[in-house]
Amino acid sequence: MTVERESTSTSVVDPGPTWGEYYRQMSLIRAFELRAAEMYQRAKIGGYCHLNLGEEATVVGLMAALEPRDYLFTTYREHGYALARGLEPGPVMAELFGKTTGVSGGRGGSMHLFDRKVRLLGGYGIVGGQIPPATGAALALTYRGEPGPNAEAVMCLLGDGTTNIGAFHESLNLAALWHLPIVYVIVNNGLGMGTPVDRSAAEPDLYKRGCSYRITGERVDGDDVIAVRDAANAALTRARAEREPGLLETVSNRLRGHSVVDPAKYRSKQEAERLRALDPVHAVRARLIAEQVLDEDTARRIDEEAEARVDAAVAFADASPDPDPATLFQHAYATAVPNAPHRLPADPVVPVPELLP
Amino acid sequence: MTVMTYRQALHDTLRAELQRDESVILLGEEIGVFEGSYKITAGLLTEFGPARVRDTPIAEEGFVGAAIGAAMLGMRPVVEIMTINFSLLAIDQLVNHAAKMHAMFGGQVSVPLVIRTPGGGGQQLAATHSQNLEVWYAHVPGMKVVAPATPADAKALLTAAIRDDDPVLFLENLALYNTKGEVPDTEQLGRIGSAAVVRPGRDLTVVSYSRGVVIALEVANQLERDGVSIEVVDLRSLRPLDRETVCASVRKSSRAVVLEDDWLSFGVGAEIAATVQEGAFDYLDAPVRRVAAAEIPLPYAKPLERAALPSAADLIRVIGELLDATRFTHAEGGS
Amino acid sequence: MPEALMPRLSDTMTEGILVQWLKREGDQVSRGDVIAEVETDKATMEVEAYHSGVLTRIIAEPGSVVPIGQPIAVIGDAADADAVPASVNPVVAAAAPQSATAVSAPPGRAAVPATRTSRGTARSPLARSLARKYGLDLSRITGTGPGGRIVRADVEAAVSAQAGTRPAPGTPAPSRSTTRPPATTDSPDDERTPLSSIRRITAQRLAESAAAPHFYLTSVVDAGALLRLRADLNEALAGDGPKVSVTDVLIRACAITLRAHPEVGSSWAGEHIVRHGHVNIGSAVALEDGLIVPVVCDADRKSLAEIATEAHALTGRARAGKLTPGEFTGGTFTISNLGTYGVDHFTAVINPPEAAILAVGTAREEAVVRDGQLSVATTMKLTLTIDHRVLDGATAAAFLRDLVDLLEHPLRIVV
Repeated sequence: MTVERESTSTSVVDPGPTWGEYYRQMSLIRAFELRAAEMYQRAKIGGYCHLNLGEEATVVGLMAALEPRDYLFTTYREHGYALARGLEPGPVMAELFGKTTGVSGGRGGSMHLFDRKVRLLGGYGIVGGQIPPATGAALALTYRGEPGPNAEAVMCLLGDGTTNIGAFHESLNLAALWHLPIVYVIVNNGLGMGTPVDRSAAEPDLYKRGCSYRITGERVDGDDVIAVRDAANAALTRARAEREPGLLETVSNRLRGHSVVDPAKYRSKQEAERLRALDPVHAVRARLIAEQVLDEDTARRIDEEAEARVDAAVAFADASPDPDPATLFQHAYATAVPNAPHRLPADPVVPVPELLP
Repeated sequence: MTVMTYRQALHDTLRAELQRDESVILLGEEIGVFEGSYKITAGLLTEFGPARVRDTPIAEEGFVGAAIGAAMLGMRPVVEIMTINFSLLAIDQLVNHAAKMHAMFGGQVSVPLVIRTPGGGGQQLAATHSQNLEVWYAHVPGMKVVAPATPADAKALLTAAIRDDDPVLFLENLALYNTKGEVPDTEQLGRIGSAAVVRPGRDLTVVSYSRGVVIALEVANQLERDGVSIEVVDLRSLRPLDRETVCASVRKSSRAVVLEDDWLSFGVGAEIAATVQEGAFDYLDAPVRRVAAAEIPLPYAKPLERAALPSAADLIRVIGELLDATRFTHAEGGS
Repeated sequence: MPEALMPRLSDTMTEGILVQWLKREGDQVSRGDVIAEVETDKATMEVEAYHSGVLTRIIAEPGSVVPIGQPIAVIGDAADADAVPASVNPVVAAAAPQSATAVSAPPGRAAVPATRTSRGTARSPLARSLARKYGLDLSRITGTGPGGRIVRADVEAAVSAQAGTRPAPGTPAPSRSTTRPPATTDSPDDERTPLSSIRRITAQRLAESAAAPHFYLTSVVDAGALLRLRADLNEALAGDGPKVSVTDVLIRACAITLRAHPEVGSSWAGEHIVRHGHVNIGSAVALEDGLIVPVVCDADRKSLAEIATEAHALTGRARAGKLTPGEFTGGTFTISNLGTYGVDHFTAVINPPEAAILAVGTAREEAVVRDGQLSVATTMKLTLTIDHRVLDGATAAAFLRDLVDLLEHPLRIVV
């Protein structure tokens, strides 16, 4: 299914540092994700690994709208958001490698990037699991500040398939009922794993799914970085100033399978061809050169710089130490209590006295 | 010391913590205007206002998850889930999220959340409203599960739970709310993760928690008149579990019975029995016995319900069998 | 294919030593045939075949120690003789090396090989650890728990029977080395004799007994009338059964006296004292490699002739190692007569859990003063050893006084 892309804003290429920075980020995300796929195949990365390939414009546009004071909850497809939020590629790659220098100390992996400094409050591996906590984070904000243009807000990302689960609806209801400063962003790439949106959602216009909670919904072209940025900005402004939750749907394409191990056989050859032609990174690059915002040399330098940063990230991750098994229980509890079970699989449950006293 | 009900102890503790710490908020169904299904939160809405005593829609996954998110940002939400049966609607949030975040995110965030919820049967509430699901949570690393049996422990452990930075499931019991006991007037900070020998004895150890402790004490007092000295261990905390206190008691008495309101299979009794066989094997004079609920969805009809739930008579019977199996004589003692 | 298994031939037997085969490989055996002899912890017993067929293969060679329930031979059709699966090989160990192991192994582990554990005799973990602590052999303790499980109460009863007091917490466990032979320097002239089962049991029981607080009472009995009576009886009964021995007379005399003093025939059971409803008198029989005490049951209800006949048969079977367990257990009082060896006076060691034992010296002519006159009399010294936990001096003295009186007026023994 091809989702109609209606946008409230038509972006204009305005020359200047903004565009260069957006392209730099898109190029970095692209280089990082392609390298992550390679590192997965080289078995440097374990577990699941979901890539933002094809969503670079959406990622950059959303992160351009989010202020440093805001909080971000994301899905398990979040490497790009971590980078666009300002994290260095090294600690992100190191997390994928399971190293101590990873953003989550090697304990989370690809799906669970977290960084308190940049207020990235987690990638979440359970579909929709992030939505109630994100809503609660917005609730917490209502206790510590007044609404206004400089108020903090929460952005909660979710996929198109997530709009069918109960947590989504319960959370939207709470957010509207309690007037919470939160923007839910449905990153609609057309497929929940392999299932198209119109085969899983009875209301496939996902931005309308907030209607029953009286939440304003909007859909934007996810390949249009400026449109995404501006729509997100508008929603965030309402959330900050009026404490009204918003629902934004971005529509883009997932260039590859659901995860690095998905060959995406459910797509025809023609469809794959078509998607490649729509590649947002290539499209933005071509357009910026065509409109003389960047010249070819500058664009190539940006791409080379991105490659170099990713090279350095891989080198950093490779050189970083593996976690010591002795640190296994380091974060078992935030508040230490007696009798916390710190036993390894073959350890005895309790120390046993040798003989009767 | 003041003699008060378990309900009053909970109420007073919530009130004291709301007064002490602005980050403490209460969430739950019917806790405000309705004053709580079991009236634990009576009067608190009036005193602290709707922002801090927040009625929620019937949406356990939503409001429990929201409490988790608020806790991540430094609030100290105390959530009332009307009965533990309904916690299953929120179990993804508790097990997959609250319990994981601190460790999974490398210690960068904690979830100072309390889930208060009563379990237990015996009120003719039938199959879906009479369960004991605390072991589901006690199974999960990252959770803390406490189950006070007395008003004093209710106060001390609720205070500790609210001030703890990890998610704590605070198990209450419908049959305990009206029980009375002495409660210290001063602030009490309980120790999560430690059991207590609530009644010392020589001949046999009964291990229990929550309502089971009340039954165990009643039985112990009764059997004392018959010359049997029962030691009662109140686990108080299911996660962490204080295995050493249990083993130390059994090493002394050589006989152990676990009393649990829950179904037998995979339960607290199973865990205790396994612990005892490892930690007190050479001290056991007979296998550990378990007194636990019949494994059937609990029927509504009173005679069926009564038959299914463990009672004082059941405990007495099993204690008797265990004493017989070990040729207990009243002359025993001292060793 | 049917296997002949090491049978359980006593309540405390966990293994047996195969003494000899009475059939050879290839022999036809019928159900009920005695095919071998096995030495248990108490006696040498016969092993019967439970299947008819051909003894196709002997698994346990003479001298091997086999846990009960393990195969010792295969009985099948002759054609099967070569088709014995390898898996039937039992856990066997030669007897002699085993005792060598017991001497040299460190205490605690190797001295008790796993194969010694009797399957089917349940012991609670606590009972096991208490037995370790007190150095007790659980195979000698009868369980009273469910299904005969040995529980703490059983072990404590045994400990009390042995030590005279309840085990106090913190009482140091007796060192295992107390049951080990003292270290000696081997000299080329020394010879090490492996312990037989009887010797082992004898040593263990007597060591147990030594832990009880004892006291001793000795009286001299004028045996003239007694010996005359015995001579008369033997003359009268000539050819009609075995001769009446002094021991037989003593058995009868003790039995009669015990009926009047039942407390002397009691047993120490740790938590309580058992006063027995029967009078069962044992008399120690010396064997080549140990001691065994066959028991004449209900001796107070048997005539002297009956006692003589029974005791004679028992002694014979004891010397042949053929006593059945029922014949050497259940005693309530024991007599040890070393008079035939010319011993004047000795003290005997109690046979636990009994409360007393009578040591009988030889009958000898002595100068005695009677009514101020010096005369010659045939006297015997009787020494009673008493477990002080069960009996006090006055009670025991009254028993001995009455026994002496009976022996000096022996007509009451025969009526």
